[in-house]
Amino acid sequence: MTGPDDVLRPHAEQRFAGELAALAAEDGRPRPPGWRLSPWAVSRYLLGCTLGDGTVVTPKYIGARRIVEVAVATLATDRALLLLGVPGTAKTWLSEHLAAAVSGDSTLLVQGTAGTTEEAVRYGWNYARLLSDGPSREALVPSPVMTAMAEGRPARVEELTRLPSEVQDALITVLSEKAMPVPELGTEVQARPGFTVIATANDRDRGVNEPSSALRRRFNTVVLPVPATAEEEVDIVTRRVADLGRSLGLPEVPAGLEEIRRVVTVFRELRQGATEDGRAAVASPSGTLSTAEAVSVLTHGLAMAAHFGDGVLRPSDVASGVHGAVVQDPVADGVVWREYLETVARTRPGWRDFYTACREAAG
Amino acid sequence: MTAIDTDRVHVLGVRHHGPGSARAVRAALREIGPDAVLVEGPPEADVLAGMVGEAEPPVALLAHAPGAGGGAGRAAFWPFAVFSPEWQALLYAHEHGCRVRFCDLPAAHLLTLEEGAGGAPAGSGRPADPLGALAEAAGHGDPERWWEDAVEHRGGDGGAGSPFPAVAEAMAEARARLAPGPPPLHEARREARMRTVLRSALRAGHRRIAVVCGAWHAPALLDPPPASGDRELLRGLPRVKSSVTWIPWSHGRLAAGSGYRAGVRAPGWYHHLFTAPDRPVERWLVEAARRLRAEGAEVSSEHVIEGVRLAEALAALRGRPLPGLEEAADAVSSVLCEGSAERAALVHRALTVGERLGSAPTSAPAVPLQRDLEAQRRRLRLRAEAEPREIELDLREESGRARSVLLHRLRILGVHWGVPAADPVRALGTFRERWRLAWDPELSVALVEAGVWGNGIAEAAEARARELASGADLPALTSLTERCLLAGLDGVLEEVLAALSARAARGGGVGPLMAAVPPLARAARYGDVRRTGSAALRAAAGALLDRIRAGLGPALTGLGEEAAVGAAADVDAVHRAAVLLGGDAERSWLDALERLAPDPALPGLVAGRIHRLLRDAGRLDGGEAADRLALAVSPGAPPRRATAWLEGFLADGGLLLAHDPALLALVDEWLAGLDGAAFTSVLPLLRRTFGAFTAGERAEIGRRARARGAPGGAGREPEPAADPARAAAAAATAALIIRTAKERE
Repeated sequence: MTGPDDVLRPHAEQRFAGELAALAAEDGRPRPPGWRLSPWAVSRYLLGCTLGDGTVVTPKYIGARRIVEVAVATLATDRALLLLGVPGTAKTWLSEHLAAAVSGDSTLLVQGTAGTTEEAVRYGWNYARLLSDGPSREALVPSPVMTAMAEGRPARVEELTRLPSEVQDALITVLSEKAMPVPELGTEVQARPGFTVIATANDRDRGVNEPSSALRRRFNTVVLPVPATAEEEVDIVTRRVADLGRSLGLPEVPAGLEEIRRVVTVFRELRQGATEDGRAAVASPSGTLSTAEAVSVLTHGLAMAAHFGDGVLRPSDVASGVHGAVVQDPVADGVVWREYLETVARTRPGWRDFYTACREAAG
Repeated sequence: MTAIDTDRVHVLGVRHHGPGSARAVRAALREIGPDAVLVEGPPEADVLAGMVGEAEPPVALLAHAPGAGGGAGRAAFWPFAVFSPEWQALLYAHEHGCRVRFCDLPAAHLLTLEEGAGGAPAGSGRPADPLGALAEAAGHGDPERWWEDAVEHRGGDGGAGSPFPAVAEAMAEARARLAPGPPPLHEARREARMRTVLRSALRAGHRRIAVVCGAWHAPALLDPPPASGDRELLRGLPRVKSSVTWIPWSHGRLAAGSGYRAGVRAPGWYHHLFTAPDRPVERWLVEAARRLRAEGAEVSSEHVIEGVRLAEALAALRGRPLPGLEEAADAVSSVLCEGSAERAALVHRALTVGERLGSAPTSAPAVPLQRDLEAQRRRLRLRAEAEPREIELDLREESGRARSVLLHRLRILGVHWGVPAADPVRALGTFRERWRLAWDPELSVALVEAGVWGNGIAEAAEARARELASGADLPALTSLTERCLLAGLDGVLEEVLAALSARAARGGGVGPLMAAVPPLARAARYGDVRRTGSAALRAAAGALLDRIRAGLGPALTGLGEEAAVGAAADVDAVHRAAVLLGGDAERSWLDALERLAPDPALPGLVAGRIHRLLRDAGRLDGGEAADRLALAVSPGAPPRRATAWLEGFLADGGLLLAHDPALLALVDEWLAGLDGAAFTSVLPLLRRTFGAFTAGERAEIGRRARARGAPGGAGREPEPAADPARAAAAAATAALIIRTAKERE
């Protein structure tokens, strides 16, 4: 048995076992069937608080309280929950902690990829046993969803929109009938109270398998916003860039706060369609321009500065990265990016070098 | 002085615009059966209280003091919605024939204070929403919800009695903690005034008196200090000459966002709470679903059911007895709208504010807007006659311009007293405007309704234009820009232009932008005639031009033949606009055209047009233009594109071809080199191009082409000598123009 200290990344229920136990001990409110905690205690676990016995529950989700409350209330009404948001908005993180708090188990996970098959949602077979003994309960390999139904726990589906349509359709039956027939054995698995599905999806990821309206109707949707203020986002980016730089073994380059702020500003302005001072509108490109992308642009820029530049992060080091992140569709996004450079960047004080570098990168 | 006689006086401390309070007031009045009702408001309005039966809320009492020298003046408002407790009290008094007395400070005094609007100056030392402060102390975000939970649902249903004694007690406590010590002077005066009116009502012998006032003031009335102190406080207050009337109000202006201090966040929700007979959340979500379906969204009954379940679960999680607006809003966005922020915002706007316009009693005194119009009419000597007549205004004269501005402002306010007799856009180039004037009695009503926008014509027109600009699309904004310019609303013009640039950034493509630039450039030019600031217009047009330049290439390349016709016309129009703007705008526009011109993916017509524009602007010299023409019509190019190219290049007439032998030679050689089938296919297009030239041009081109084919080659034929007799008239006119221009300088 591995403990939380022996693995690279322990599950939420392992890492915060102490907090969960303390909350459960103090929680006197009614718990929905199959739940380890009351909805109220789940929201306290996520938002953080100090318990009567002095245990400090760290906040797991920093952001609007109502998002957490809507998510918990959704699960309490045995509806499925869909967390939408651009990359880097803590969808997966929130989904893991919700599952951990509700059932003490965040591991019933289906990772959505283009290659995910129906077996991942329904069940598969152990072919050796199937051939030797014929169809039997022992030869059946249940999916995480099937296990969750049988045990009355939440199943997690990551990247719902990457699942092929037919696999998504299999989820509809599960969510509406709350039962999974196994015709080969002439039986079915009926969901026990406490079963639900927490799915995550990237809402800017258009063109991937958009869920049908029949499936969407089975979910309550919570949109996770990008960091609310520029300061918050600069903070997140600075910390992650420093972390990544260390783990990549990059030579120490003072991560110029000015350049980080600039990249974050560009990304935020293009994303929200207006300048930070709210005085001018700009067009938004097709790319997501997530916080995660800003981090990768800056890490790349640091590597450039360290290996090819003069050791200081300069506009020319990030220009090509920013261009690549913004211009996904060469025609439409090219227009947006040129427009941004001409109408916003060109006239902004102190942005002259950045403007010139970006014009060069744009070619 | 002893405490007040609570058998005769009933103080109903309310939350302004609280539906819960309104319901409680209605019930309490029925129970008490008063013969006099005291309501917070200016005493000048006592005579207007009887008119409430004719009014349709939301309405407001407006007190207005004309400014010195015909200026904008000052105004104060007391708005009432159907869910305002004060309105319910007025209605009760009207229906039961009891005496109404307004017991706040006189408007004549309030209008002398710095912050007139809202009935009380800011910073008077108390929280803006005392019930809200109590609710917050109890850990609730929604005061109305808290009021419902804590006050109305207390002690189960049925004969729980009036909540008002408890409210007064709570407020006494809140006052002691939040604002200890004597109240600031203004507050003290208001309360002294309330007590004074109450004393006089008692002296008048009313048997049962109900006082409807803000909950904050209830303790001050129940435990009054000696009358002499109040008299002292109220002695010698400054006053101005003022008048009070009813005007229509709207939910939008009632909402907190509009600056009214005791405003409410969600008038639509409160209206719903007050008017819905039962199950408010269910009805609310059903209405939201209905609205969403009307917008084409798929919303099933299942959505509504799950929405109600979520709202209830949320209420339980948040420790509330019943779901409120926050829970309903979460349910709408998470379930009904499936997370779509745009759709949720739509429902929010439509339902939560729930725009609703009231109507004032018809017998209410004239509003300031009417008086302002009267004053301006007298000054400009424009009579209001029902009989239609036409007038002509010379915009170079002060009086003509002022009249034009007034009529345009009234049109923005929806008061169509004057209608432009000719199309104003065409007339703008000139210095004259024709108007058809007719004063229809309906216009008086329109004017009263426009009173909601302000008290002076100019101020009201500005507010209205601002309103029109929010949420308008690009063409609407462009036309609004022109209307603001015509109406001389310089203050709003910049805001409209800012909205225009914002819209342009969000905007679906270059096409609408290209349509928006020419009117703007035109407006910038005739702005000078009207002496309005055209710098902002130039800047806005220049900014739009920047965006067009950035997107021009992708917008023009790869178009079909039909789309190319429109695109070429657009390029032409924008080019003219750029030339009008001149300077940097013109230079960078030509730069963009120059970069774009050689792109082989441009449709022939557009490419030809661009080359012609560049040549005319001196960006392409004759030799270069000939090279490009040669390339366009070279054998490798598809004949149809070559013909379209020519059509674009020659669209302004054939003189160019007649006077540039090199170009003519190129065209001639190309045409002669086409094989039979190709020639047949291009013939109709060529015919169209050449058919558009004047007969003289065609004859000249033909003559030159013939000469080229003749032995001896092109250009040998001598130019026909000018005919002095035929040129004399034209030469004289030209000389006259030149002389006049010189004299001007």
